[in-house]
Amino acid sequence: MAKVFIYPATSLVLSDMVERWGHEPLGAAIAIRERIQTASLDSPPLQMTPEDPKKGLKWAAVEVPAGVRGRMALYGPMIDEADAAIIINDADLAFGCMGCSRTNELVMYLLRKRSDIPLLDIKYPTSDEEGIEFVASIKEFLTALGGETNE
Amino acid sequence: MSEQPVRVAQLSCGPEHSGVQKEIYDAAAMVNAEMFFPDVTLADIRRSYDEFGLEARSGDLKLAIARAMALVEGSVEADAVFIATCFRCSEAAIVRNELRRYIHENSDLPVVSYSFTERTTAGTLLTRMEALTTIARRRALLAREKQVGITLGVDSGSSTTKAIVMQDNEIIGTGWTATTEVLKSAETVMESALSEAGLKLSDIEAIGTTGYGRYLIGEKIGADLIQEELTVNSKGAVFLADRQHGEATVIDIGGMDNKAISVQDGIPGTFTMGGICAGASGRFLEMTAKRIGVDITELGPIAMKGLSREVPMNSYCIVFGTQSLVNALAEGHSKEDVAAAACRSVAEQVFEQQLQEVDIKEPVIMVGGTSLIEGLVKEMGSLLQTEIVVPHHSQYIGSVGSALLSSGFIRGE
Repeated sequence: MAKVFIYPATSLVLSDMVERWGHEPLGAAIAIRERIQTASLDSPPLQMTPEDPKKGLKWAAVEVPAGVRGRMALYGPMIDEADAAIIINDADLAFGCMGCSRTNELVMYLLRKRSDIPLLDIKYPTSDEEGIEFVASIKEFLTALGGETNE
Repeated sequence: MSEQPVRVAQLSCGPEHSGVQKEIYDAAAMVNAEMFFPDVTLADIRRSYDEFGLEARSGDLKLAIARAMALVEGSVEADAVFIATCFRCSEAAIVRNELRRYIHENSDLPVVSYSFTERTTAGTLLTRMEALTTIARRRALLAREKQVGITLGVDSGSSTTKAIVMQDNEIIGTGWTATTEVLKSAETVMESALSEAGLKLSDIEAIGTTGYGRYLIGEKIGADLIQEELTVNSKGAVFLADRQHGEATVIDIGGMDNKAISVQDGIPGTFTMGGICAGASGRFLEMTAKRIGVDITELGPIAMKGLSREVPMNSYCIVFGTQSLVNALAEGHSKEDVAAAACRSVAEQVFEQQLQEVDIKEPVIMVGGTSLIEGLVKEMGSLLQTEIVVPHHSQYIGSVGSALLSSGFIRGE
């Protein structure tokens, strides 16, 4: 079983696919669940505090907007931890929306820079044929990682 | 508070991830406002994204655009709008600015925009939030054009404390002192204003307070109106400049922060309030006056005799600005040129940091103590390419606005 970082990290479809093929998805749901379940200062809706952008400094410098650093406090540890990653380029808003485009650029860059892990870097489908090919390539990638199918 | 909360629509990108969403909620709660996120569908986002025409890449900014359009189209109701995005994000700065302008041009909703860092606190947001709710809640009071009865206005600023006594639309007493202990300074200026007016405190029919010390002083003396300076100064400025109707822009360069307010019929529409840069404030001019060995009141006339372009001045930081100033004096530049360059430096910074966030509409009225520094007014006029109006008693603007607005309480408006 591999830990697979998914981009867009909010995509439930991708998260589900990773689980179905026997791996652990690393995405926003997990990072946010941890925030909500950790007892700390109450800052709805994510229980983030001004401390989080400071943690994000490991991935984004101080001159980067606070929102990017705060988001990196969520995604950065997961990128470091990942055994593999899937990047869907130009995904539709409904497929998984990542709020900050600057964070997205950084997340994709950091994933691509991790040349030590397998990476599936594909485009979001725009037709039925592309859709079938899209799912097949994700399945092939995840199978090659050696997970057990939970289909 | 028995009043209904003011419903403030939040259009934002990043505050929840920067850890400042709680600060926004706290500031709103302090002024009995309720923040809410206008409800839009995915289809709304797609449609408004195309219709608005700004190709923002960030999902949250696309959402903010859709929410703004929902407010303008009236499918979501709000009393006011708060736009907040990350400081330092260029894409957000573009969207923030265009949304503010779009809402301002297409609705009568008051708007304030703010770029936050992770260190933004509820206290920093309070004055802005207070102004926003006042405009939404007290339009009738802000429409007041004449002062009636005998009223007192006290403005407790970061550098100076001012008081004004007004009777039947005329200023009859003034008081001014440097702010030291907030209450003591207020007592001093109230005494001078009352003595000049030949009145006692018991003669006063209503009192208004504004400025940083407004709550402390207001509660101590039982003020009828305790109000932030953005709405008060706007009202005071158009009253003194006799521009109560139509458009105007009010610029107030203060000791600690600067305000640039776009006003329509005496009511602020959009405004910016800076306060993170000492190099763009009256503090820098005070420091300049001290360095060239003159009183701050002499700085203006001296600057008028100088040529601001003769001295290269770093206009981005009080420390580097001071360094430029010291170097210029050491190189033998005249104090006139140095004073003029300092004025230009402050004007440039206010222009670059703030005035580009409000739509400058003439007349431009400069108020506050710094409006008496002619050199600064001249430089600001040359940057904005307009004749700037400095009304009489412009340094007492907050007190005049307070005295004027508080007269609405005599008959319990």
